[in-house]
Amino acid sequence: MRTITADTISAAVEKLCAETNFELPNDVFETLKNFAQKENGISKNIMNEIIENAIIAREEKIPLCQDTGTANFFINLGSDVKISGGNIYDAVNKGVCAGYKNSYLRKSIVADPLERKNTGDNTPANIYIDIVEGDKIEIWFLPKGGGSENASSLKMLEPSAGWNGVKDFVLSVIKDKGKNACPPLVIGVAIGGDFASAGKLAKKALLRDLNSKNATPFYAEKERELLEEINNLGIGPMGMGGKTTAISVLIEVKPAHIASLPVAVSIQCHSCRRKKIIL
Amino acid sequence: MKINVKDLVLNTSIIKAGQQIFLSGTIYTARDAAHAKLIKMLENGEKPPFELKNSAIYYCGPSPAKPGAIIGACGPTTSARMDIFTPRMLEEGVKILIGKGARKDFVTDSIKKNKAIYLTATGGVAALLSKTVKQAEIIAFEDLGPEAIYKLEVENMPLTVGIDCN
Repeated sequence: MRTITADTISAAVEKLCAETNFELPNDVFETLKNFAQKENGISKNIMNEIIENAIIAREEKIPLCQDTGTANFFINLGSDVKISGGNIYDAVNKGVCAGYKNSYLRKSIVADPLERKNTGDNTPANIYIDIVEGDKIEIWFLPKGGGSENASSLKMLEPSAGWNGVKDFVLSVIKDKGKNACPPLVIGVAIGGDFASAGKLAKKALLRDLNSKNATPFYAEKERELLEEINNLGIGPMGMGGKTTAISVLIEVKPAHIASLPVAVSIQCHSCRRKKIIL
Repeated sequence: MKINVKDLVLNTSIIKAGQQIFLSGTIYTARDAAHAKLIKMLENGEKPPFELKNSAIYYCGPSPAKPGAIIGACGPTTSARMDIFTPRMLEEGVKILIGKGARKDFVTDSIKKNKAIYLTATGGVAALLSKTVKQAEIIAFEDLGPEAIYKLEVENMPLTVGIDCN
């Protein structure tokens, strides 16, 4: 057993909150630069603004976007780790509270969805924990803005719908709501699982390196096909028209019930912020 | 094209949809909760915290300013969520709307009827846009946190005309 203190976790989370909101990951930055070369006119200007923004944010430690998001955490907790001095959920929330306060990040969470009073410290975070082998804690932070989250969608298809049904649904989500989600987008797609697990898996897909491919050649090809078809929609950067509606499609799959074909589409804006830390 | 808020509110027909402009002058932030409060005040016959006639509203909830900074990150939020409130605001004399994304048809109609204009800023470039803010002050609804109304003085804010008055 390895002991890690709750305070160590809180401090790591506080640091993650700041760095992730100031620094666009390198794979996202490079992918955006590559796509910018394909654009002209207003679309090109928008891509250039996005690239310049990332440079200013990193150098001056200003949030990339004023919407510093819901604080999502995907944690791989080693089964040989013992946490002392508190529980992991409280430790993460303490780190979020400190990180959002001390780094001047926006507090965007309301305590009650109908009453809508701001909690004032961006807690509670969404914390998803998987128990894995080993004596380490891997913490992934994914701050996610409200505009793109509002464009995300889930549908329970019938198995007979097959790949074409999946593709039509993903395309319909992008057509209906992509324009308001700050394109160019990163699209996380989960196929299979159940109602609850599909949504989580689609969001978790957004943690993948944009240069990665699904490990199965069939789905890797479907990622390429979907990206091409999404970019043929012509929505373009910020919905102003152009070749770049999405910069990446990341598909994850999961076993499903014999009656079900769930599909979840997690829409991520171009400010695809995520970072991990290993304790 | 460089343009001042004061000039634009008096004649919104000088710029056309698709045109890129650099806007300078006084604008007020208001997003979801601030809009709901403003409309409620109007319905109760109360005076809004700033003069709506000939004003410019920016759909934005900034991040807090660091010590020594004028403002934090301050990009646009999705305009469509304000659609339900917009015709009333335009009837009160608001002339310039700044946000991101598409508007519903009834909003487009109201913009044209009231000779107003809708300008779009690039979403997610909030660090870049913060550089165009020269002064910032919370003037109302401080209890709403990021949804408070800020009075901003902007200089050469890069925008595109989304919906013109013609």
